[in-house]
Amino acid sequence: MQSIPSNKSNPVMKGLKHLRRSPLMLLVHLSVLFLVLLWTFPTAGLLISSFRDKDQLAVSGWWEALSSSEQNLIGRTDAPDQQVLLDGQYVLSGQIEDFNTKDKILRFGWTSMEPEAYLAGTIAQMRNGGTLTVTSDGHYSMKSPTPFTGSRGNRIFYTALASPKFTLSNYKEVLTSEGIGQSFINSLTVTIPATIIPILIAAFAAYALSWMRLPGRGILIALVVGLLVVPLQMSLIPLLQLYNTIGGFFGVSAKSYLGIWLAHTGFGLPLAIYLLRNYISGLPKEIIESARVDGANDFEIFVKIILPLSFPALASFAIFQFLWVWNDLLVAMVFLGNGEHELVLTGRLRELLGSRGGNWEILTASAFVSIAVPLTVFWTLQRYLVRGLLTGSVK
Amino acid sequence: MEQLTYSLLAVLLGVSGCVFYFFGSNWLLGVIFPINHVSNEKMAQNIRRAASIRPWLFLGPALFFLGLYLVYPVFDSVLLSLHGRNGEDFVGLANYQWLFNDNEFLESLKNNVMWLLIVPALSTFFGLIIAALTDRIRWGNIAKSLIFMPMAISFIGASIIWKFVYDYRAEGSDQIGLLNAVVEYFGGTPQAWITIPFWNDILLMVILIWIQTGFAMVILSAALRGIPEETVEAAVLDGANGIQIFFKILIPQIWGSIAVVWTTITILVLKVFDIVLAMTNGQWDTQVLANMMFDWMFRGGGDFGRGAAIAVIIMIAVIPVMVWNVRQANAQMEGR
Repeated sequence: MQSIPSNKSNPVMKGLKHLRRSPLMLLVHLSVLFLVLLWTFPTAGLLISSFRDKDQLAVSGWWEALSSSEQNLIGRTDAPDQQVLLDGQYVLSGQIEDFNTKDKILRFGWTSMEPEAYLAGTIAQMRNGGTLTVTSDGHYSMKSPTPFTGSRGNRIFYTALASPKFTLSNYKEVLTSEGIGQSFINSLTVTIPATIIPILIAAFAAYALSWMRLPGRGILIALVVGLLVVPLQMSLIPLLQLYNTIGGFFGVSAKSYLGIWLAHTGFGLPLAIYLLRNYISGLPKEIIESARVDGANDFEIFVKIILPLSFPALASFAIFQFLWVWNDLLVAMVFLGNGEHELVLTGRLRELLGSRGGNWEILTASAFVSIAVPLTVFWTLQRYLVRGLLTGSVK
Repeated sequence: MEQLTYSLLAVLLGVSGCVFYFFGSNWLLGVIFPINHVSNEKMAQNIRRAASIRPWLFLGPALFFLGLYLVYPVFDSVLLSLHGRNGEDFVGLANYQWLFNDNEFLESLKNNVMWLLIVPALSTFFGLIIAALTDRIRWGNIAKSLIFMPMAISFIGASIIWKFVYDYRAEGSDQIGLLNAVVEYFGGTPQAWITIPFWNDILLMVILIWIQTGFAMVILSAALRGIPEETVEAAVLDGANGIQIFFKILIPQIWGSIAVVWTTITILVLKVFDIVLAMTNGQWDTQVLANMMFDWMFRGGGDFGRGAAIAVIIMIAVIPVMVWNVRQANAQMEGR
């Protein structure tokens, strides 16, 4: 009996199967894994670091976050009023102040010149015949033939093997005292209107450019495509001057939320119109024509038919505009002030980079707060983002 | 909180303003050119008139914004670049003359050319490789999402992420930056990379490549999937191996998409600003045009003439891509 050639005997499928099974596939898996790690490591480092104790963060890499690290710390003995006279010697003993009992002391010293001169458990000779002993569990004992004076205890320098510590205190600090919390609200204030307002304006224009008869339509579309790539830099100085003039005329500040909303609307429109036009002009002609035959005018067609159908494209653009406005630094720096109630997250990050350049616990936590929102949008609405990219790039 | 209410109120006002405009103007059109209770002849005429005016009502706000925020500034910037620092006294080409004798500008120009050569090429290259590889494996989509993710991160956020990677501690103490830790692991000497000319440029470019590879990957992955399978099957039958298929069958069929990716990233590179500002602010020979322009806009109270001149230079660099885009779009429309 002649059998119908199945996929299994098809030489093409055999060839493809062979390619799939070859040892090359292992190489493919490994190289993709390598690339993924390469691309995610920097962000992972930031995220992990933002949860680490700031003293540990400063001395060991985030990839060692789970192992103990050596830290140079400073503690104090108890105050001299705790001293007791024992066998003719004045003795102060107890636990080093602020010592974390999970840590293990390796070396210690009693001057800042030699902070790790003695091994834990050995006896250090101090001035005037005094001695100091520190054991690895943080217990100290200081003896001297003369009484201890002063109101505070002696400083003890020690090197400890610190167990890994994770904390939310970095976030607490940046959200309150570093102003990230306020900037978060400022960013939202800029972003919400600047995302929503251009959509309607662009949708009407996109419909007009897709389905309405008007002279010069081709030129207008070409204009929009051309404006897509006009660098923002061209607009900055003329608009700054214009805003200054208008602000001066009405006696108000040139830098305001209204100004930045309108600026973002203007700058976002070319992409909005282009993206929406690509989508709307691709809708089936029959829908629009049958509505026309039924006596609907363009306004009714747009509001009742086109707008609901275009939801995916509207969502795509909304995501783009949201990400772009939220992540923007340039427009905010030029058109919005630096006041507490105006500085957006990106601007605040830039300021922190200058003033807190070495404080990685603050920088990492702040940066993560600022990228958390776009990352959430990204992971939940990725589908629309990809679709938008595919219709939005000039082909 | 009060501020957010303010912002939501603005949304409400803005949206209702738009709605009011579109509905209002449409209603007005109906009043001026009535179609009920008029003679048939009049009605036909009115419908025609209303239909010829309506597109402009639809386009009105968009044209206003495009004109005010993008078209007018282009001409005004060109004009301003011919004027002095306040934009008042005409100085002719003096600003350009100054530019081409200024060392910082020449350095920026050189750096921008380097960015233009390296970033689009490597982003596209990695994007293509990743798109091709992930298409063949089951967990490809997760891999793609993870590589695409940096697209959502702001340039300034990315700068902090990478500044941390490039962090430098004096030799002897533990390195907390990944790069120096790796260098040390392989027996090298840790360096303050950001301050070393040439290498710092490359390290700044790495940030943008890291961000843009995802974009290239998404576009090229879609393009690869759009290739008719028969072409690949035919090649397999003819005994082509994987590499031959990739270079001789797949690549030639997606040239269009590669060009799109390349030009889009090129435009982005010309405007790169945040990364340089945050990482070096142009120190150690890393200056680029966009950052220099921003600098002159505010330096010493701001020199608008020189700032505008630098902006015009960026614009001139963009024009070839612009022309190409417009021609592509026109060709596409005629094909429809």
